[in-house]
Amino acid sequence: MSVKHGLLALLVEGPRYGYELKSGFEARTGDTWPLNVGQVYTTLARLERDGLVAKDGEDAEGHVLYRATPTGLREVQDWWDEAVEREAPARDELAIKLALAVGMHDVDPRDVVQRQRTATVRALQRHTRRRNALPAGDTAAALVLDALVFAAEAEVRWLDHCEARLVRSRNGASR
Amino acid sequence: MSTPVLELRAAARVHGTGATAVHALRGVDLQVAPGELVAIMGPSGSGKSTLLTLAGGLDTATSGEVLVEGVPLSGLDRAGLAQLRRRSVGYVFQELNLLPALTAAENVALPLELDGVRARDARARALRALDELDLAALAGRFPDDLSGGEQQRVAIARALVGERRLVLADEPTGALDSVTGESVLALLRSRVDAGAAAVLVTHEARLAGWADRVVFLRDGQVVDEARAEVTV
Repeated sequence: MSVKHGLLALLVEGPRYGYELKSGFEARTGDTWPLNVGQVYTTLARLERDGLVAKDGEDAEGHVLYRATPTGLREVQDWWDEAVEREAPARDELAIKLALAVGMHDVDPRDVVQRQRTATVRALQRHTRRRNALPAGDTAAALVLDALVFAAEAEVRWLDHCEARLVRSRNGASR
Repeated sequence: MSTPVLELRAAARVHGTGATAVHALRGVDLQVAPGELVAIMGPSGSGKSTLLTLAGGLDTATSGEVLVEGVPLSGLDRAGLAQLRRRSVGYVFQELNLLPALTAAENVALPLELDGVRARDARARALRALDELDLAALAGRFPDDLSGGEQQRVAIARALVGERRLVLADEPTGALDSVTGESVLALLRSRVDAGAAAVLVTHEARLAGWADRVVFLRDGQVVDEARAEVTV
């Protein structure tokens, strides 16, 4: 998940200081991905090193402000213009666990599937409740929670598919 | 806990006998309280729809017991079951919920009229039910003039008109797009929050996410349950 681009996109709206970026990021994404302030300053330092942001003086309370440089603005525009790369997935512990369960004598892969399904549906219930409790009009936060809802749903669909495949292979069909 | 609106006690349904017997449901225990939305998930043939037909008195358990508002269905004769289906239980199916020759209001009034309520009273109560669900504007329209989502919302109004407190929904958002489907679920959820009880059969986990409990069936048995955490 790109904190870097998220912060940079917020700086397009005007100069901000670190804590302001932290709370802005969290508010806009429905508090789904909390950031710690340290992470924000590390990211700002990296962005400054790469010439994407620059310090922009201090506000009345002495907070150091950052602004996006022209290169930074271009970087954000590219981010909006391009699709998010998802081609090299991280190692998926669940897929690995299921693949290994299939070959084990004393593990029923269907039980592994069901345990995961229950856990994922519980997460879905949690996301759904959080989304339904949002104040009307908080579309940004609703979109983020929708993303979690749909990702969890996709996982359950995949688990359903795994189970059907396991049943078929147990019944002697090849595929 | 108050009396469950629906209770299954070791409910089983076997089709056929001997070697060819099919055990559609094998001893399921389930309680659904007022204010509770329970979703049933499971692969095809796991017994989801059988459970729903037993719960609604559309089919009879081979063994075990089904109780609606505390009344054992096994003790009812045909007429008693028919009355229960009219008075206590509302259904929402995937499609073909509304009679095309009747307006939305007439569709909602129908179960009341079948139960002997005078046409005028039935109509007034139907209009009130539609109004409660913000559907008053649809009252005079025929199903053909309603979108899929509007039809399903009217079907929910009909399922809950009168004294009925148990809604049985089988894939109620079947052919609807995801946002319209959500609005149907939101309406069902709001009726449950107002005190109804509902059982929702679905294969879509996203819809099951609206439930207080999700019961997983496999081969006619309950294998697991996901209970939503109570948030303060």
